[in-house]
Amino acid sequence: MKFFNFHLMPYRHADLQAIERNASAWVTFSNRHYDPQLGAELYHEYLDQMEYADRLGFDGVCLNEHHQTAYGLMPTPGVLAGALARSVKKAQIAILGRALPLLNNPLSVAEEFAILDNLTRGRFIAGFVRGIGAEYHAMGINPAESQARFQEAHDLIVRAWAEPGPFSYTGKYYQFKYVNPWPRPYQSPRPPIWVPSQGSSSTIEWAARLRYTYCQTLSPIETVAKFFSMYREQALRNGYEASNEQLAWSNCIYVAETDEKAVREAKPHLEALMGTLLKMPMEMLLPPGYTNIEAMKRIKATRAGGFNKKPQTIDDLMKAGVVIVGSPATVREKLAEYERLAGFGTVLTKTQFGTMPDDMTRANMAAIAEEIIPHFRTQPKTAA
Amino acid sequence: MNQPSASTMRVRDTDFRVDQYGAGSTTLLFLHGSDGRESWGEVPGRLAGGARCLVPEHPGYGGTDAPAWLDNVADLANFYLEFIERQSLGRVHLVGHDLGGWIAAEMAVRNSSALASLTLVSAQGIHVEDVPVVDVFLRTDEELWTDSVFDAALARELAGAPRSDAQDLAAIRNKEVTARLTWQPRAHDPHLAKWLHRISVPTLVAWGAEDRILPPAYAEAWAGRVAGAERQDIARCGHLPALEKPAELASAIAQFTSSSRSHNA
Repeated sequence: MKFFNFHLMPYRHADLQAIERNASAWVTFSNRHYDPQLGAELYHEYLDQMEYADRLGFDGVCLNEHHQTAYGLMPTPGVLAGALARSVKKAQIAILGRALPLLNNPLSVAEEFAILDNLTRGRFIAGFVRGIGAEYHAMGINPAESQARFQEAHDLIVRAWAEPGPFSYTGKYYQFKYVNPWPRPYQSPRPPIWVPSQGSSSTIEWAARLRYTYCQTLSPIETVAKFFSMYREQALRNGYEASNEQLAWSNCIYVAETDEKAVREAKPHLEALMGTLLKMPMEMLLPPGYTNIEAMKRIKATRAGGFNKKPQTIDDLMKAGVVIVGSPATVREKLAEYERLAGFGTVLTKTQFGTMPDDMTRANMAAIAEEIIPHFRTQPKTAA
Repeated sequence: MNQPSASTMRVRDTDFRVDQYGAGSTTLLFLHGSDGRESWGEVPGRLAGGARCLVPEHPGYGGTDAPAWLDNVADLANFYLEFIERQSLGRVHLVGHDLGGWIAAEMAVRNSSALASLTLVSAQGIHVEDVPVVDVFLRTDEELWTDSVFDAALARELAGAPRSDAQDLAAIRNKEVTARLTWQPRAHDPHLAKWLHRISVPTLVAWGAEDRILPPAYAEAWAGRVAGAERQDIARCGHLPALEKPAELASAIAQFTSSSRSHNA
């Protein structure tokens, strides 16, 4: 199993009560709450953590893209990947991912990712996402065009990498007389493509067909297992057997000496992430047209995802297998159990989450590197 | 109250529903807003004495599939101009509310000769700087009723009205098509305002005096851009005059269209 250190780079000094009053940390939560003195320190703290992950032997580090939110400070993840490209020596660098429909020029991502692939001499992983619904409010992109823009931008980028230029491209949303980006990617024909999703069946089907690595975002492990089986079924339908290498599970892991200590330490930070930083009204999360009618009907009936939903406690999250928190033995046991249940080749682990300070994060990273990772390097099914 | 006869019309490859109230040589064509055909309430029925009132449902609304060609408001403007020609409706009195007002203005810019008059009710389509408007896409359904209706008791009544699954589904689809048409730039076309001087038919700008979705400053801006436009403010009324003040709106439209009929004659 491979271990990636996935950072959301939250503004961990955020006033949680102010976020609660605003009903969301996204879009409408004023950036007056951002203090540049603290923010600058956070960028360095987090980038230092990523470099530490490399030295500890994590297989990769992950960044992602979100806009206008205290949840994550990476509207342009390529800048941060660039900052890491020369200091992270061995680990892969993954951007999971750029939100393609938000772009008015997808070629800029073809260029940016190709530079990163060259800078890292082929240690780069390219992630493509649609972005969550809030992004469409923040960036002024029509959510009803999200799917179509994603497809077009994806096709253009992959073609720009694989096909010698110049060629011209005339789509509905994007038109270019000349497609001829310099540099070309370092990896041939292109960097690996990973596709994170909350579990949309059309995304899973599409990723399986193109043999892209599918990354399941924070979800109960039973749900993760269900979506991974869907991927395997789709792979079979496309005439091949999917390997665990094509499946990645995004989670949070926290390790301390005892179960009790781990839960006590992780609790406020995890609940700040899940209960405050991640929450938003349904209208913000799912703008019209962003998802299909059936899903909208279902969600409207339950009004899931909103602030009015009961916040999840750390116990709920551990019980559902969204996160793993505990002593080294507990974490090894759970991870092995979940690996047997869902089958995945990579964990994308948030070692820092919510409001967690630097010392705790580093202790957690070191514990994972020493107590967990070595046990999953061979024969994952008999680990623990 | 006057009951409509519903029929399915076809323009090019697209079937759509058109309700007809009354009959006569004069035609009023009602273009509905984001909330769909039903948001005209009793207004077309009230105007059906002596005129034919046509209330189409925009393709993609009311639970119908959005046609592949539907990307923007100009598409619907061309669609309805084609409808008027194909049905040989003659010069119609065009009445548009909210999104329908935007479509109507776009039609009038493109071809005023298809029209006898233009009535814009709480119309989208232009932008007025520094006037706070409601972000309708960030409001819950309940909040939207409160934002849209001046009378709080009526807002509660409308919000609490029982709805069938089919109506819920239609509402979700209406919102999706509305987003497709109005999300960005939000509820306007920056290129429309510069051609509004081309509107050469009598124009009425009718507005709820307490409209919070598009405040009366928008009425003023429309009236200032369309030559000779008349204004009719409706007191104690929000963004949905057809539901909140149907008698007042119907009477304003009746007076205006009959006087512009005599102008044209």
